[in-house]
Formats: sequence, C-alpha cells, structure tokens
Amino acid sequence: MADQSLPAGQGIQAGHGSETALDRTSAHGTYLELVHSWIVTVDHKKLGIMYIAYALVFLLVAGAEAMLIRIQLIKPHNDFLSPYSFNRMFTMHGTTMVFLVGMPILFGFGNYLVPLMIGARDMAFPRLNAFSFWVSAFAGLLLYYSFIGGVGLSGTGSAPDIAWFAYAPLTEKAFSPGHTTDYWAIAILANGIGSIGTAINIIATVFCMRCKGMTLMRIPLLPWLYATMSFLVLVAVSPLTACQAMLLIDRYLGGHFFDTQAGGSAILWAHFFWIFGHPEVYVLVLPAFAFANEIIPVFSRKAIFGYPAMVAASVGIGFISLGVWAHHMFTIGMTSFGNAFFTLSTMLVSIPTGIKTFNWLATIWGGKVRFETPMLFSVAFLFQWVIAGLTGIMLSVSAWNWQLHNSYFVVAHFHYVLVGAIVFMIFAALYYWYPKMTGRMLDERLGKWHFWLMVIGFHVTFDTMHFPGLLGMPRQIYTYEPDRGWNSLNFIVSVGGFIQAIAILIFVYNLIHSYFRGEDAGPDPWDAWTLEWATASPPPVYNFAIEPEVASRRPLWDRKHPEDPDSAFE
Amino acid sequence: MATVPLQHGNRDTEWKLPARGTVAMASLITAESSIFTIFVVAYLYYLGTDVQGPHPKDVLEVPWFYSACLLSSSFFIWLAEHAIDRAKMAAFRLWWAVTILLGLIFLYGTAVEWHKLIVEDHLTISTNLFGTTYYSLVGLHASHVVVGLLMMLFVMIFSLMGAVGPQHAYRVKTLALYWHFVDAVWVVVFTVVYVVGR
Amino acid sequence: MRAQQNSTIFLCRSIAVPALLAFSTAVAHASLPGSIFAPHSTPAHEEHQLSIFVLWITLLIYLGVSGLLVYALVRFRARPNDDAEPPQVFGSLQIELSWTIIPILIIVVLFLGTARVLFSVQDAKKPPTALDVLVIGHQFWWEFRYPQYNVVAANELHVPTSSNSAPRPTFMKLTSADVMHSFWVPQLNGKTDLLPNRVNEMWIDPQTPGMYVGQCAQFCGPQHAKMLLRVYVDTPEDFDKWIKNQQRTQAELAAPHIAMASIPNPGNQTRGPLPPNSPATHGTVAAVSTEAPDNAVNAHNGQLVFERQACINCHAVGGTVANGRYGPDLTHLMSRDTLGAGAAANTPGNLLAWIADPNTFKPGCLMPAMHLSERQNAQITAYLLTLK
Repeated sequence: MADQSLPAGQGIQAGHGSETALDRTSAHGTYLELVHSWIVTVDHKKLGIMYIAYALVFLLVAGAEAMLIRIQLIKPHNDFLSPYSFNRMFTMHGTTMVFLVGMPILFGFGNYLVPLMIGARDMAFPRLNAFSFWVSAFAGLLLYYSFIGGVGLSGTGSAPDIAWFAYAPLTEKAFSPGHTTDYWAIAILANGIGSIGTAINIIATVFCMRCKGMTLMRIPLLPWLYATMSFLVLVAVSPLTACQAMLLIDRYLGGHFFDTQAGGSAILWAHFFWIFGHPEVYVLVLPAFAFANEIIPVFSRKAIFGYPAMVAASVGIGFISLGVWAHHMFTIGMTSFGNAFFTLSTMLVSIPTGIKTFNWLATIWGGKVRFETPMLFSVAFLFQWVIAGLTGIMLSVSAWNWQLHNSYFVVAHFHYVLVGAIVFMIFAALYYWYPKMTGRMLDERLGKWHFWLMVIGFHVTFDTMHFPGLLGMPRQIYTYEPDRGWNSLNFIVSVGGFIQAIAILIFVYNLIHSYFRGEDAGPDPWDAWTLEWATASPPPVYNFAIEPEVASRRPLWDRKHPEDPDSAFE
Repeated sequence: MATVPLQHGNRDTEWKLPARGTVAMASLITAESSIFTIFVVAYLYYLGTDVQGPHPKDVLEVPWFYSACLLSSSFFIWLAEHAIDRAKMAAFRLWWAVTILLGLIFLYGTAVEWHKLIVEDHLTISTNLFGTTYYSLVGLHASHVVVGLLMMLFVMIFSLMGAVGPQHAYRVKTLALYWHFVDAVWVVVFTVVYVVGR
Repeated sequence: MRAQQNSTIFLCRSIAVPALLAFSTAVAHASLPGSIFAPHSTPAHEEHQLSIFVLWITLLIYLGVSGLLVYALVRFRARPNDDAEPPQVFGSLQIELSWTIIPILIIVVLFLGTARVLFSVQDAKKPPTALDVLVIGHQFWWEFRYPQYNVVAANELHVPTSSNSAPRPTFMKLTSADVMHSFWVPQLNGKTDLLPNRVNEMWIDPQTPGMYVGQCAQFCGPQHAKMLLRVYVDTPEDFDKWIKNQQRTQAELAAPHIAMASIPNPGNQTRGPLPPNSPATHGTVAAVSTEAPDNAVNAHNGQLVFERQACINCHAVGGTVANGRYGPDLTHLMSRDTLGAGAAANTPGNLLAWIADPNTFKPGCLMPAMHLSERQNAQITAYLLTLK
C-alpha cells in the first residue's frame, strides 16, 4: 500500500474521460502483452472483470444446454436427445449455472466493488485473489473437458449425468463406472477451494481494509452482504468440498462412505450435500440483495430504509439458512419430529427475508423513482422475489412438500429464485456498474428490449412451469407420456425459454456494442452516493489517489449536499 | 457537482482495523472446522455399524505419548511467539525447533499406528466403514500437521538464514494460530476416535 | 422518462397474462390423472386441503405486498422537470417491528396447520386389517411383494379399496435394490423415497376403484423417465380374484401334479425347494426340432429357449427353474397392461420387439438385447404369452 508514491493531482474526482487502466494497457504493446497483463494481474478490478467474463461465457454455454433440454421436452415422446444426452444436459446445466455462472459472476462483482465501496486500493490478499480465480477457472475447464475425456453411467456417456446434487449411491463406482463422475467431483472440489479462498479474501477485505471513518455501521450494504455471503461460503462450501473428498476416497481408494453395498449410507450424502446446498442458495441470493440495496435507493433518490434492520436481516438470513437444509429431504424418511423442525426453521427464513422486502418497499415509498434499465430489472426482481418466497413457503409445508418435492413445481420455484431474483439482479448490476467498469454506458434502447423480452420470456417459462409439477410431472425426465395433460404446458415453457434466449443475445450484443460505441459515462452517471462513484470510470489501478475518509454511509451525498449531510444524523 | 473532498476534520483520531492476517486465518479455521465437522460426523454416524471387523475396540490403542507431544507443542510455539515479541531470536529459534520436533514425533506416531493397523490387523481404507472413516479422519488431520510442519520448517530455514526478525512477529503469530488450531482439532479427533469410539 | 408511467402497468400485465393463461390451462387439467388436486386417498386428501389453505394465505400475502409495490411505484414515480431530491427518511423502529411481528404470526398459523397434517399422516396407526406391501425399487422398475399372500408382482400395484365401514388401507414398506428412487402416485399420497439399506414407510387408503398413474420421482439413471408406475385399486372381490391368480405358479397351471413350486425369496417366504428334474423344467430336444406352427409347441420350445438362455439369471417364473431376481418376476406377465415399467403397452407385437431389443422402447434399461434368432424370439414370446 504505497500511498505516498502515487501521482498527485489525480484526486478522488479524477477521471473525466476514460483514459484508464483498460485503455492504458492496450495503448502500448501487442495483443500478446495485453493478454499477458491480464493473466498475471493481481488487480482486483481486472480479476473481477475476468470472473464476470468467464461467468458470462458459461452463462451462454449453460443457456444453450437449457435450450436443448427445452427442445427435447417441447412434445411428448420426443427423440431429439437420447436419454443419456438429456441427463448430461441437465446435470451440466445445473452444475454450470450454480458453480461456473452464479458463484463466479457474484464473486466478480464482489471483487470489483467491495474494495471500491470501502475506499480501499485492493483486496486484502491480491495474490490469493488471483490464485482463487485461476483455480475456479481451472475447475470450469476441467468440468467441460469431460465432454472429451469422460465416460458416464452405464459406460456410455461423456459429460457427467448424475444430476447436480449427485445423490449417492448413483455416483459410486458400481453405478457410475466411467470417469465423468470423477471430473464432476474434482471440478467441484477445485471450485470449492477457489470459492473458499475468495471468501476469506472478501471477509478480510471488508473488516481490515476500510477507509478512515468507515465504522461497521457505515459500511455500505453491499460489502456487508458480501461479508455475510463469504461467511456462508466458509461454513457451507467447505462441507461440499469435504464430501467430494469422501466421494473421491470411495471411487479411487475403495472407501465406503456412500457405498450402500458395503453398509454406507445414501442419506449421509443427502445431508452433507444439502448442508452445502441450501446455504448455497443464500450465497447466491445475498449478492443479489446487495445489488438491490445499492440500486433501489439510488433510483428512488432516497437513502435505504432501515439500514440496521437490513444488516441484521442479512446476517439473520445467513444464520437461519444453516439450519434448514433437510427441507430438501422431507420425503427421504425422516421422523415426523424432524420434518416438523425443518418445516418451522424453513418458515423462519421468511421473516428476515420479509423484512428486507418491506424495507425496499419503504425505500421506494416517498421517493422519486426513475425507471432506467437497472431499476426496471430491480422492480421486476421485487415482484418475482415475492413470488419465489411464497412458493418457498409452500415448499416448506412438509406435508404438502411430499407432493411438490422433485416435481416441476420445485424446478419452477428455484428458477424463480435463481433467474427471477438473482439473474435479474445480475442484469441490473451490469447495467448499473458497467459504466464504472468500462467508462461507457450500456445502450438504454437495447436495454429496454432486453428487459421486456426477458420479463415476458421469464414469466411465460417459469409461471407456466409450476403447473406440470402440480399435475404430477417429476423433474429430470427426458420424456413423458402424452396422456398426462403436460403437453401444452411444456410447449409454452419451451417457447418462453426461446424468448429468454433472444433477450440474452440482445444483451450480449449490447455488452459488446456499448464497449466500443457506448456513450461516455463519466465518473458518476447515476448521481449515486457510494465511494466507487468518487473515482474515475474505469478507476485507475490504485482506485483512489488519496485514500478517502468518510463520515456517513453515503459519503457522496454528504459531498453533494453539504447543507444537509447524512453525517449530521448518524 | 460539488467538489468538497472526502476528507473530514478529525484526522488525528486513531483509525484501527483488525489485522488482515488474523482475520483471514480465523476465516480459514472456520472453513477447516466445517470440513473436520463433516468427517467427524461421518465417523460417528458409522460407528459400530460394521458387520465385519476389525472393530475399533479390537485394534485401536490410545496414543497417549504422541498426543501429549502434539498438545505440548502448542505450549512451545507459544513460548516461541513470546520470544519473538521480545526480540529474543535465539530463544525463538529454540522453541520453534522444539515445536517442529514434537510435530514430527506425532507424525511418526501416526505412521507407526498405521503400519501396525495395516500389517498386523489388516485394516485398510477399503476394509470396512471403520477403516474408511478412521483413515480419512486421522489422515485429514495428519495432512494438516504436515502442512503446518512444512510452513514452520520454511520459517525455521529463513530464521537460520537470518531473514526472520522481530518485525515478523505478527506473521509468525498468524502461522502459530494455525498450529494451535491443528492441536485443538486433535483434541476433538482424539476424543472421537480413541475415547468415544472405543 | 416518458414511457415510464406505463412501464409499471405493462410490467404487471406481462406478469399477469401468462400466469393467468397457464393457470386456466392448469385448472382445466386439475382433475387429470396425476393431479395433486384430485385426491383419492386420505393422505392425498389431507395434503390437498392443506395446500388450499396455504395457497389462500400466500395469495393474500402476494396481493397485499405486490399491491403496495405497484401503488408505491406509480405514486412515487419521478415527474418531469422535478430535479429536487425527495426528503430523506432513514427508518422507523415501529414500522420495522410491525413487519417483523405480523409475519411471525402468519408463520405460527402456517406451522400449526402443517403440523396437524404432518403428524396425522406420518404417524397414522396401522390397523390390523391393513394390507402389507413391500416395494423394492430397481433401475428402472418396481417390485411389489405381498408377504401376507406370498405374491411377487412388478410395476403394477394392485390394492383393494378401503372404506370407513371396512377400512383396509395399504401400508407399504419401501426400499431399494440399487440407487435411490421415489414412489409417487399423486392422487394417493405424496412421495416417499426408496433407499438402499433402509426401509421407509407410507400408506394409502384409496376409496374409489380405478387406475392411478405415477412414476419414479428421484433421478435414478438413464431411464428414470420411464420408470412409470400404476396403481390399480380393485374392489375387494376383484382384488381377491387377482391375488388368487397371482398365487398360482405356472407349474400349477401347466402341470397341476407339481404341488411344490418355488418363489425363492429373501423375505423368508420360500415355499420349499423346486423338485429337480421335474417334467415342467426339462423338455426333450426332439420337441424343439418340430416345425409345427402350433402355438402350444411354440410356447413349449419358447420355455426351453428361455430356460437355456441367460433369461433366467434375471427373471423368475414361479414353478420353473427360472428364479432370477434381478429383473421383474414374469410368472403372471400377461396379467399386466404394460411392459418395461410402462414403457410400452403389453401387446404380443410389443413383447416380441421388447425381447428382440428392449432398447427400442427404453434405451439404457438394464435388460440387454440377447441377440437370439428371430425364431427363438418368437418362441419366447409365445411362451411368455402363456404366463397369464
């Protein structure tokens, strides 16, 4: 942290125009040097962008897999995909979306934004940061290498075909003799190590790198939620890593952890997996909340309502989410007492979640809401999040869950969370922070097209998807009988999927187009209040020429409204 | 846009933040604890479910001496921390070396135990559930001991080369925190495997 | 900012329209076989009532919250030429408390409603009149054993009706021979998983005779999708008739003098060893060489082929040497409506094609194509057609 040696004169207001890190790198030298500078970088902003780019590539890949799934299911008895290919597609779609899209893109934003928002020059451990990224990237490439290198169930597959939760004993040597399951397990293991490294880094950054004056109660909500999310990664991804190690011990050393033929237990895997699997949902959704916490106030022109309640609710969600995992296992044969316990604990999550939702509502209340694209996505998020939460309550009703479990209702529910809430907020975040990252605005007109097609496609797909589940359609089936009343519903779902695909392609075009042709953003295009907007867009390598000092949660509000500073109230 | 700088009056007030090494090590320990928890749960879950032996009570002997070595090493590394705080580098090297030695003795104990189990009792990781869970849990701990020993060995070598000074006390303490954790885990593993499990 | 007034309205519409479309489609289908909203058994009925209760509460919450959201977004939208910042409000403890306490009350209500159904279904007492069935999941088919009757069936579960005056619920124990499966017939009860090394329990008491469809609800491998399931609810008389037929071995049918037949059964239900060298199990080679197009001869030859090939490693036919347990019991194959756990209708043509290569119906199923001659396939088909 050699703050003394930085060039003077580039104060925190520095950067009209976009003469920046990105451009400077490309300004001199060949493409090879450019690539080299990205590969060896330990700059949190470059690593953040690499995380996001890597995740977007896999978003397209896993999206294509989803399209193949939907083509296969568009009519009963379709033979577009073989059962093997179909099973590979949904396994890879799920695994990719969770581990290679969701986690990296959110870590990417965390990497990029957390140091900027707390007024730091980098993460606490820049080299650990680079290490974590490359381990995760390796995991993704390893998983996809299985398409070339692996052999799956019954010796016939290539990519993993064991479903994303990989229930034992299907993953044991006896039932998965080939190597695809090994690719899956090792990829998840490696990805877990990368995630834990990043989580440690984010926690250390939030607690040890804050600029002067930024007490715990003045940290913007985004770093707060990222710290909570990182804590969840530590305690939830570690068990996943541990049980992948157990699985590999079974598969390579002849162990019996999940080998039911030698007395092992299938339930143990289910417990271990969901001890990871449920908090994982909150690992993914807390950053989405974090984006909403930043975007909704700025576009409502009001401070976030109930900051302490928001912090408490987020941390509360984190803790409660550690005690709800077995709601994925109501049908596995737990005692009635166990079922009742997990019903109650799951329902309890809705209280802090409800607090957050109402606080967003109260933030909008009395504001002056501007509906630019980031806010449009956030508004859609609010509606969709309410529905996702309510179907979540339905699923927590264990006696009803016996019917709903593993049906398309569940698939619709978690896509409502993962797409309706998380992906929508990721889009909102990209529209909101893309100007900061590149110095250029994303195109508003394309953004509107993207938004409306996405909303329509999303609802056509996932609203409809609840109903086949209620009519008895289980998930993960490659085909279905024509006489069950699922035909038209599945057709609608598939059509909705294609609409979403078009929306995403428009978005990708917008990303590329605006990078070259976008309107100049300037340091603070949204008239926002947190520290990242106090420096140039994109920020210089050192972020802030002079380390900032804050006296409230909204330092830029204080600066813009010296007559009515927040610091007077805190 | 106003151009009031983001600086405020009371610049002299002390701004103290927790040390990043300590926070990161605490986070790592949290993560490692959950990994160990999973292995401990698996061990307890399968305890006594084996139809075929060898069973823990037939083959396991309580490693009192080796455990005492490992646990006492926590005390010696604390002495080393104490010494480097006071810039007594010779004492630091002595206690550091003692810690490493005790760790090595512990590893030797594990090796002896495993040798006996494999050669005499024909218990391998694939024999039965006890074998699987025992070798995984004890092996996981032993691998942590190995990592700790390697890192301490680096410090020792640097120290002998004169590259470790009192200014590194904080880093040494961060590493010592890890070693304390490895010892604390052994208390749990010992209780589970040799007390409850027998 | 011009179009933004309409934005919210469009937004609501775009949410509501497909939802309504889908909902109306679904309502039209709600009474379909397999719908959880058309229960025909007490557990399914109680789960259904609970679901309606929960749906109403969540619907009211949704209308309340989304109504407030829509109101706030419309009422507090930015107006043109108004650049002043709105008054900044940072929070209110009273309001925070109110939206903490009200949800807690709702949750108490939901939890109590759930607990009532949960305990009444899961901890129901088994009456002495209950029918016991052991359900064993296999990749990718179902085995049903009736320990009270010494009957083994596959893929199509027959149970009697139960009524309040003469309660005869079916209590199932469920386990798996290989990987995890899940038993789900939505109109009768929710799911219960089948796990290796573990026995789970569930019960049904269907009141109306009929056929109820379901399928495996836990991913179990390549053919998870075609691990279909049918439950035939029979009147008590029909059920007794069915049981009587299932109890007869093929040896009794073909050669009544063989009284002792065998269904080898790990469940301690063996009825004694099969007499070695009994006529039913050993034919003469001469019979094979006859080219008579006669069905009976064909069937006889088919049995010889069946018993000399690997078929009997996996399949059992009660009263013959065939005692494999890896595949479905074929003793009364012709009493079933489907082949391959619902993969195809049980017609002679499908049966022939299935024997020739099961992968045409169910790629990835564990029964291999045996690569027999066409004649042999036809003979086996003829034999299986006699297993009524």
